Amino acid sequence: MKKIEAIIRHFKLDEVKTALLLAKIDGMTVSEVRGFGRQKGHKETYRGAEYTVDFLPKIKLEIVVADGTADAAIKAIVDAAQTGNVGDGKIFVTNIDQVTRIRTGETGDEAL
Amino acid sequence: MTNSRTLWKCAHLALLFAAMGIAALAAPNVIVAQEAAEATGEASVAAEATSEETTTEAAAIPVEFIVHNLWIMIAGMLVFIMHLGFATLESGLTRSKNTVNILFKNSMIICIGFLTYLVMGFNLMYPGFEDAATGYFKFAGFDFMMNGLAQASDPSFSSPEYNPSYTAYTDFFFQAMFAATCATIVSGAVAGRVKLSSFLIFSTLFVAVCYPITGSWKWGEGWLHARGFYDFAGSTLVHSVGGWGALVMAWLLGARRGKYVDGRVQAIPASNMPLAAVGVFLLWFGWFGFNGGSVLSADPGLVSLVLVTTSTAASAGGLAAAITSWIHGGKPDLSMALNGILAGLVGITAGADQMSGLDALLIGLIAGVLVYFSVIFVDAVLKIDDPVGAVSVHLVCGIWGTLAVGLFGAMQGPEQLVNQLTGIGAIGGFTVVFCLVVGSALKVTMGLRVSPEEEEKGLDIGEHGMEAYALSPTRMH
Repeated sequence: MKKIEAIIRHFKLDEVKTALLLAKIDGMTVSEVRGFGRQKGHKETYRGAEYTVDFLPKIKLEIVVADGTADAAIKAIVDAAQTGNVGDGKIFVTNIDQVTRIRTGETGDEAL
Repeated sequence: MTNSRTLWKCAHLALLFAAMGIAALAAPNVIVAQEAAEATGEASVAAEATSEETTTEAAAIPVEFIVHNLWIMIAGMLVFIMHLGFATLESGLTRSKNTVNILFKNSMIICIGFLTYLVMGFNLMYPGFEDAATGYFKFAGFDFMMNGLAQASDPSFSSPEYNPSYTAYTDFFFQAMFAATCATIVSGAVAGRVKLSSFLIFSTLFVAVCYPITGSWKWGEGWLHARGFYDFAGSTLVHSVGGWGALVMAWLLGARRGKYVDGRVQAIPASNMPLAAVGVFLLWFGWFGFNGGSVLSADPGLVSLVLVTTSTAASAGGLAAAITSWIHGGKPDLSMALNGILAGLVGITAGADQMSGLDALLIGLIAGVLVYFSVIFVDAVLKIDDPVGAVSVHLVCGIWGTLAVGLFGAMQGPEQLVNQLTGIGAIGGFTVVFCLVVGSALKVTMGLRVSPEEEEKGLDIGEHGMEAYALSPTRMH
């Protein structure tokens, strides 16, 4: 099983969600995060004082999928979240040792 | 908290209450404060009025009196709304880790301000000088309002005997709201690092002693009044006094940690712009009473004129600040535009009843531009950290509004300008000295600032042990 963590632009969440649902991936967790990569920030002024906005708001999306589904999921995310500009985000993939459904106690691929 | 620290805090609180208690119990002789123009022999509060007399009095009270009095009472309620405005504006422009502290200070200032005015402030501000030209200081006693229910049926308090337009109670109520407004101006400038106990002691003395004494020189018909100084609703008496207090205390206090790095100004952005905007609109709304009620009657011509000049200046100030911010800063800064509205309001306050619409427009426009550059000047040149722009809005534009009476409108002229400068200088001098003495005394004894650790964590936790926005599920218990 693989955990796929995607940092995407705020306004891309709906598109990515729809794309994942179409790829038969039903569950996901999202959180609002801030961060930067090579996009860096920009300068603004508040009451005459200049300041740099470094950390930009992004959405972190986490899904756990069976090994075979991972590539399809990644492709769905990339196609939906891409704009071609700096700041589109990144996807990280890690291995998952164990999954449990809390309601039934199922484990493994059945719990996904 | 160590035992000695608790003991020290208790001692301070005890001192504060003792002072107020002594003030309330002192002075057995009754001295009733009267408007100087109304000084007659009827001043004794004998409380002889029977219910029959009261009914007869009520039947004889003219309708005009009822209308005038009603308007002033409502105006006082509108001025009260300005406290809502200050509370929300200050909360919005400062960081959320200090919001409870800001709100606590705002809540206590209205309470302390009203009570000290009841006990001593009103009689210090309107003591009835015999000779206006030498009216520097007089105190009419501690019991203007404290003489029990017998006073309520005394016609000299609650009928046209006191004044053709309002009862003594209305007079007190309206003026008490002004006093509290002055005191609350300081709280924004010291936000985020002032020690609560020191601030409360300063504010008590500021509103109980400093504000009424300088106020008595003009509205109490003292020496400035005799000289011809004019301040319709308080550009100097209320706003610049509050502004001087803000300037001195912010300077004594020092900047918030992280505000200046290697001498360069760091932006500390506002936490809640909706609150700030709501606050300014509440203040504008309250200003209808602040200026409208200062006519001290329901005179339809004057009150309606004042409402027009007030709103014109506010609008012009907001627009001017917004455009200046757009051009100078690249993008229009909402906090500056909001400050601009207030700047216009403060600017018109000295002469709202003397100005034409065009005068008000110009005064507001200039105030709006002035406040923008003043904020930057105070921040970057003077290096005084003023989180809400209190010094720029109230002191700088208060001085501007006062000078404007000599430059625009029905009273313009070099002689009036000199009178205005005299008032600005005298009241400014007294207020600065007062604040320096009290502020410095507090600084060397109790200290003015919280510890650096407390400042980092936020005054809500440090001073109050609670959070303003307990939204995180991990914090709820």
